[in-house]
Amino acid sequence: MPSFTLKIRRYLPESGDAPFWQEFDVDLEGHRSVLEGILTAKAREDGSIGIRCSCRAAICGSCGVLINGRTRLACNTHLAEAVRESPEDGKIIVEPMNNMPVLKDLIVDMDAVHWKKIQRVTPWLLPEGPPPEREYVVPHENMVDVTQSMACIQCGACVSACLSMEVDPLFIGPAALAKAYRFVGDPRDGAQYERVKDLAEDPAGIYDCTHCFACIDACPKGVAPMSQIMRLRRVASRDHDIEDRNNGYRHEHAFVENIERNGLLHEADLLPDSYGGKLHPRAVPELIDSLPVVAKGLARRKITPGKALLHPHRRHYKDVRKLFKKVQAKDEPLELNLYIVGYEEEEEAAR
Amino acid sequence: MPSHDVLIIGAGLAGQRAALAAAEAGATVAIMSKVHPVRSHSNAAAGGINAALNPEDSWESHAYDTVKGSDYLGDQDAIEIMCREAPDEILWLEHRGVTFHRNETGHLGTRAFGGASQARTYYVADITGQALLHVLYEQLMKHHAAIDRYEEWFVTSLLQDAGGHCVGAVARNIRDGAMETFTAKGTILASGGAGQAFKPTTNALICTGDGIAQAYRAGAPLMDMEMIQYHPTTLLENGFLITEGARGEGAQLFNKDGERFMEKYAPNKMELASRDVVSRAEQTEIDEGRGVGPDGQGILLDVTLVPKKRILEALREIVNIGRDFAGVDITREPITIRPGQHYIMGGVKTDVEGRTPIPGLYAAGEVACVSVHGGNRLGANSLLDTLIFGRRAGAHAAARADGMPMPAEPPASRVRDEEGWIASLLQRGPGSGRRVSEIKDELGEAMNRHCAVFRDEQGLSTCLDVVRRLQEEARSAYVDDRGTIFNQDVLGAIELGYMLDCAEATLLSALERRESRGAQFRTDYPERNDDEWLRHITVSLGASGRPELGYAPVTITSWQPEERKY
Repeated sequence: MPSFTLKIRRYLPESGDAPFWQEFDVDLEGHRSVLEGILTAKAREDGSIGIRCSCRAAICGSCGVLINGRTRLACNTHLAEAVRESPEDGKIIVEPMNNMPVLKDLIVDMDAVHWKKIQRVTPWLLPEGPPPEREYVVPHENMVDVTQSMACIQCGACVSACLSMEVDPLFIGPAALAKAYRFVGDPRDGAQYERVKDLAEDPAGIYDCTHCFACIDACPKGVAPMSQIMRLRRVASRDHDIEDRNNGYRHEHAFVENIERNGLLHEADLLPDSYGGKLHPRAVPELIDSLPVVAKGLARRKITPGKALLHPHRRHYKDVRKLFKKVQAKDEPLELNLYIVGYEEEEEAAR
Repeated sequence: MPSHDVLIIGAGLAGQRAALAAAEAGATVAIMSKVHPVRSHSNAAAGGINAALNPEDSWESHAYDTVKGSDYLGDQDAIEIMCREAPDEILWLEHRGVTFHRNETGHLGTRAFGGASQARTYYVADITGQALLHVLYEQLMKHHAAIDRYEEWFVTSLLQDAGGHCVGAVARNIRDGAMETFTAKGTILASGGAGQAFKPTTNALICTGDGIAQAYRAGAPLMDMEMIQYHPTTLLENGFLITEGARGEGAQLFNKDGERFMEKYAPNKMELASRDVVSRAEQTEIDEGRGVGPDGQGILLDVTLVPKKRILEALREIVNIGRDFAGVDITREPITIRPGQHYIMGGVKTDVEGRTPIPGLYAAGEVACVSVHGGNRLGANSLLDTLIFGRRAGAHAAARADGMPMPAEPPASRVRDEEGWIASLLQRGPGSGRRVSEIKDELGEAMNRHCAVFRDEQGLSTCLDVVRRLQEEARSAYVDDRGTIFNQDVLGAIELGYMLDCAEATLLSALERRESRGAQFRTDYPERNDDEWLRHITVSLGASGRPELGYAPVTITSWQPEERKY
């Protein structure tokens, strides 16, 4: 039977010692999970290794950890796969999740971060008026649609992986915003406008997401929290025209128009466009504020005056404009049902 | 020392539903769980929840299916209550936000399930239990002013006053190891089953029979403990659950010769016969050499017969399970499964209000035995059981608490004794005996070998000897962790004691029932024998400290026992 080395970051708060690394060798088949590896070490060598776990089958959401630096569930990561991704000659590196305080070994304080943020989004249905005599009659598609958010097991993997939260701990974050979409997308909820208005106006709300995809990558259940955030934005801006004080609405529109005009993002125009054009009174202070960043970019040669002013990528813009026309010509905006999107792609490929 | 009208131990569906019902009735409520509530094992109930809600359906039909499924061991008064109240419960859940999938007209949609004469299973893709659990937790957060949540607290024993009434519990805060007493006018056990006494099992690591053993130690009788459900479709490799919803959506079972063998065993219902029937059929095929896999220990489940879009929409979770835990794309090829331990029909004996014979102590959900499942539980009746009887227990405990004085706080020595006991566990080192984890493994393997789909006296007696020896060994077993913060190791030692109690009660009952009924198939007594065994078997802790067997009548209202055919 193959042998695997788990290198676990230990932290025993009662010892008074700093966190330390400890290695355990376990003999298991490669398709067994990292969790089984840890539990084997715990059962045979050291019962004091702390890790929350219960179902072993990626349903309960207890065992979120970092494996080789990436947030995963220990129970649905194979040992063999983890070894392949190991940066340290074959050792599987296991650490507690990021963005949350560590309580012991691999156990983090979910209450202090994750659950606090969940509570921020009024996480219960707010129906309008008394309930009907029987069930609410709602389209099947809507229920399948919110099922993607309902598939969330509250493991905190996305919270751990979120880069925005690392910079801004106040960010409501991917899990809580995905939870919010579960209500915003639910036709039975009577507070859709209030919910998206609140999340748009909050400086740590939907426009605080930087679109980095880290949460989608980390989520073990295909919830795609970032996609849910984008859908919240669409409900806020397209369905309710909420012009928020964070300027998220105008920035998003400026972004789309900028690409339609230029074919590829013309960054020098984006900031002034977001504030109503270069001469708009609100744009001026923003431009001045951004001067240090521009200066740094020039000094490090990340931008050159030529590129910034002339935007040489413009030549494909006609193709991009065709795409825009195609999408805009549709009566209904194109809204993929993300939960079963794999099926549609495959069917098309087969044709 | 916290005190409440109602203390609920366990925060899965039964516990959360009890908490909401008790709070709605105006009681002060504490709900306590050794894990965060959304980690509870109710999550794993994938397929759905039964209710006769369609106008063409009737609660009588649902009740009859349940009675027949139970092999006539279920108490029909309790089954009637469950099936009558099911439709309103579904609507209650729907109104609170459960995202039940709809049919093409936008009304609640149903799927077919085993042992049912109608498609009456309401569902959320194949994450029904998870969706229910998370929506109830939304409601717990909403009602935070009325319901105190004690998350990651571990109950070590129930509190009883001089008259034997249950007045709360002693618990350990897992986060810092502090022990505390919680007094309550009523205590509801809702801490789930004991599947971890078997290896493998579909059950989560937390399902260690805590509540069953706590009640038993306090003097409450256990009932139907021999009735252990083996689910027909668990992964060959590691025992994980593949939902019955797969067969409900049209998946079929095949042996190594490509034969759809259910034709022989249940020509009418085929794969959707009740679970005991399908599991026995599979085990017979395996035992007679028609299994698949390296040791011929598996059966093929072919989900590719279900349209792909439907699989992705409604059976998403088992696509993930197949991919992550068996390396199989179930949309393209069959997956190898076998019968595996899944559920215990038995538990703490209660009446239809959730009351145990101990005043002040209630039980609901898998920990309890009302008994609505009798010898075999129908798929999608477990979620229903947790909600109906969780609600009834919560409401009854709240009503009982109204106007009743708060019980006196227990003497401080009660906590000190318990602390001393845990300290003594921590003092044991490698010289004292075996590791807790070794004993647990041996228990699980013995139970799965001798107390599974087919049983006989010799195997059960051998297993009972093993369990009695392990009980001795557990007294000197040692753990490694000496700390107080998240000492999961010492909790494991306490859980081992709980599991051994449950296993002993199961084996004694299985030996006693000298017939075959429901999930209990005795190869030495292969027939059902209504003359002698149409009765429940109970196990109580006797005055001598040894288990004592007893009997309880089966309540029959409308449906006389008949031969059972699917």
